[in-house]
Amino acid sequence: MKRYKWIVPVVYIVFLMLPIYWLLNMSFKTTNEILGTFSLWPQNFTVENYVTIFTDPTWYNGYFNSLTYVAINTVLSVSVALPAAYAFSRYRFMGDKHLFFWLLTNRMAPPAVFALPFFQLYSSVGLFDTPLAVALAHALFNVPLAVWILEGFMSGVPKELDETAYIDGYSFPRFFIKIFIPVIIAGIGVTAFFCFMFSWVELLLAKTLTSVAAKPIAAVMTRTASTSGYELGLLAAAGSLTIIPGAFVIYFVRNYIAKGFAMGRV
Amino acid sequence: MNGKIINQKGWFFVLPVVALVAFNALIPLMTVVNYSVQETFGNNLFFWEGVGWFEKVLHSERFQASLVRQIIFTFIILVIEIPLGVAIALTMPRKGPWVSVCLVMMALPLLIPWNVVGAMWNIFSLPDIGLLGKTLNSLGFDYDYTQQPMSAWFTVILMDVWHWTSLVVLLAYAGLNSIPEQFYQAAKIDGASSWAIFRYIELPKMRRVLLIAFLLRFMDSFMIYTEVFVLTGGGPGNTTTFLSIDLVKIALGQFDLGPAAAMSLIYFLIILLTCWLFYTLTMKDEAE
Repeated sequence: MKRYKWIVPVVYIVFLMLPIYWLLNMSFKTTNEILGTFSLWPQNFTVENYVTIFTDPTWYNGYFNSLTYVAINTVLSVSVALPAAYAFSRYRFMGDKHLFFWLLTNRMAPPAVFALPFFQLYSSVGLFDTPLAVALAHALFNVPLAVWILEGFMSGVPKELDETAYIDGYSFPRFFIKIFIPVIIAGIGVTAFFCFMFSWVELLLAKTLTSVAAKPIAAVMTRTASTSGYELGLLAAAGSLTIIPGAFVIYFVRNYIAKGFAMGRV
Repeated sequence: MNGKIINQKGWFFVLPVVALVAFNALIPLMTVVNYSVQETFGNNLFFWEGVGWFEKVLHSERFQASLVRQIIFTFIILVIEIPLGVAIALTMPRKGPWVSVCLVMMALPLLIPWNVVGAMWNIFSLPDIGLLGKTLNSLGFDYDYTQQPMSAWFTVILMDVWHWTSLVVLLAYAGLNSIPEQFYQAAKIDGASSWAIFRYIELPKMRRVLLIAFLLRFMDSFMIYTEVFVLTGGGPGNTTTFLSIDLVKIALGQFDLGPAAAMSLIYFLIILLTCWLFYTLTMKDEAE
């Protein structure tokens, strides 16, 4: 029985790849072919859909907008979470446990609950329709997550490291930047990965907080689907392209992905 | 507590996080609370309503129906994804070049934007031009997720299994990898069956990560919106209208601020309470 164990992951991966293959398959067909015939691979192979996306500013700006707010969010979340996670892993202070739990509750808030208030809040501070608004809004669930994962990694570092550094005459900021950050760099990578991931895939808030200038790619897709009939080929090509940044990022952190979640304390 | 120093300076370290999250969480939450106790007829005129909206929402058949659908959905998801994820993690290779391949391929669905997941499954399942729909129909099943509630549920659940089982796999795999090789050797010497190894070594070691997996899957499936909205739009009829979809319909579609706000708070409370209850119960177990 042990010898045939590999069948399970293989079947599972095939199951995972099927819808993705179908999307790719459609992206290389013309809309007419998609609607007219059923075929397992493109009969008239065309890259026209991709050409449209790369030449039409409304399309490629969508990618640009998405990547902008994801990048801002990742940098922001990780940098505010670093000192906080350090405090949670090293110090006891008034209300620390309650604070930690309160932070985590924000990960439990359905985005649907916050959609309308966010719209009003960001409109009133003049950030509506900017990538910054989406980046800040996504911090709602990414900052708690970042604190949680980083805290797990930092608690794995022995306290003796800090103490030795102080005895050697390091000031706190120097110790933190020169010694501590290099030690937990893998943890920072994993955290950045998760921030990237959750900001990249979220759409409800991103769509609510933007209208024209900062519209994310995902929203461009839904709007195109409703305005110009149903351009399936174009939609499939745009969808296929959204998979690439994710695949790219996974490759870099592949050995740490699993560890990242497991390190966080419950 | 494990040698942490009492140091109130800790507050300075967490200040940026608190400020950022408070701006994002407290202000909107107060807005919601504010709406939930008032009635408005437009023109920014508000009247005190008290707990009226809460009573109305709790008694409305529409809310109860969405809630029941939501609970059934989340229950099915957890029952399928957690055991399946563990089973796949157990059969994955532990070392060698295939580990990376498995991890990268399995993590892929997690990084696809949620509306693309919905759109992808939409075309994948279409009865006339989708691979799944066409295959099922040519096998003799009467399948059309745009018309039949059962097909719609089947598709939504299959989509979620496709989308999120990998998360459970990754977590369970991390738990399994933290078991030292000596444990297996000792079990081998004792002549333990593979079931005994699973039950007494692997399962207890995976306990913590499985708790995380369970909580994450519970929360996220309870909040599901985009994927289902793109796939079925909550239909046919209202058969796949889960809580978030219903809430967005009321809040952004009909602009019924009072009921939407009351519903939001009830919704949020249900998630909070369930997580807290489950967490306290399992942790208590561990302490014994």
